[in-house]
Amino acid sequence: MAKDKAGTIEVKSFGTHHVITQPNPLRKMLLRVPESDLDDPVGRAEKALAGLSGEFKEWMTIEADRLSAAHAAVMREGFNDKTREELFRAAHDIKGDAATFGYPSAAAAAESLCRIIEHAPDLGAVPQQLIAHHINAVQAIVRNRTKLDTAVVAGVLSKQLRGIADEFLTHANRDRPEHLEAILAPSIAPGE
Amino acid sequence: MYRIDFNKLRFLICDDNPHMRRILRTLLHSFGAREVYESEDGATALEMYTHYVPDIVITDWSMPIFDGLELAQMIRQPESKGNPYAPIIMLTGHSEKRRVTVARDAGVTEFLAKPISAKGLYQRIMNVVANPRPFIKTKTYFGPDRRRNTTNTYIGPERRGSGEVEVLQQPSLLEKARSTI
Repeated sequence: MAKDKAGTIEVKSFGTHHVITQPNPLRKMLLRVPESDLDDPVGRAEKALAGLSGEFKEWMTIEADRLSAAHAAVMREGFNDKTREELFRAAHDIKGDAATFGYPSAAAAAESLCRIIEHAPDLGAVPQQLIAHHINAVQAIVRNRTKLDTAVVAGVLSKQLRGIADEFLTHANRDRPEHLEAILAPSIAPGE
Repeated sequence: MYRIDFNKLRFLICDDNPHMRRILRTLLHSFGAREVYESEDGATALEMYTHYVPDIVITDWSMPIFDGLELAQMIRQPESKGNPYAPIIMLTGHSEKRRVTVARDAGVTEFLAKPISAKGLYQRIMNVVANPRPFIKTKTYFGPDRRRNTTNTYIGPERRGSGEVEVLQQPSLLEKARSTI
């Protein structure tokens, strides 16, 4: 094996593959410092995030309204590529963002809706009420969040929705093992 | 102990959601980053990638025009003029294990499921800065080594064939890419 040279990429070729090692271009960004000089970038970032929290309610309202608008389009036009995509995208954004914004139950309800859109064999055959309940739940959780006693109710509501959605999906996918496996697989999302 | 000198790192973030971009920007600036470029779709991100030559890409998965997965695949073109080796952190609301596998097979370096946390993001950045993995090129894959386990405890089928080792040297594509801007 040839000796590494600075600034060069080393390629080892094998029967079916090449292993390419390049000098780490980011190594110079790594500084060795005494423990006493270590600052706390994570703590600093958490504080900065907390500084944004005053805007979270407004952001969440915008996201929830986008979801309702997407649902209204589905009700008007039915499911087609465009309406399906927008409903999924709106729900998917809430699934990813809502917990950061302080609305974990809205994230859970949106995740349940995403699973319906992703795994229902025929979206036209999904009971309209099941989808509507998810939209209404997200709206209710977002609008009523300031009431302390609603947090527990929101958690129970989203769990019940998920239970009903999962029951529907499990039955609807009983002959589609690859979907069934995905439905029953545990989430890898970090906990609340 | 080590810390990252963030003010020398150049980031490209790609997310169609403006709120998530704001959160990411806030976190990165709080870590100490100064150069943070943003795009709201994969196509713009690819243009910015070529233009700004970022050190680290942080991308969402679901986006219009082309998504984060396609962005990763387009960056990981070994013959491209740009840098195909930049670390790609996929930050996504997709939270199923099979999605991790798909992202990994597209050449994504690190996967971070939303909801985002400062700690999770910092750990992924630290990982790509301090512990880069070698790249593997096969007929169907070009990207970071998908085998993270470096111990000899692997007991599955051996999918990589061996053969005579040939060592080639070539100039750093990263430096070449940088010199073009």
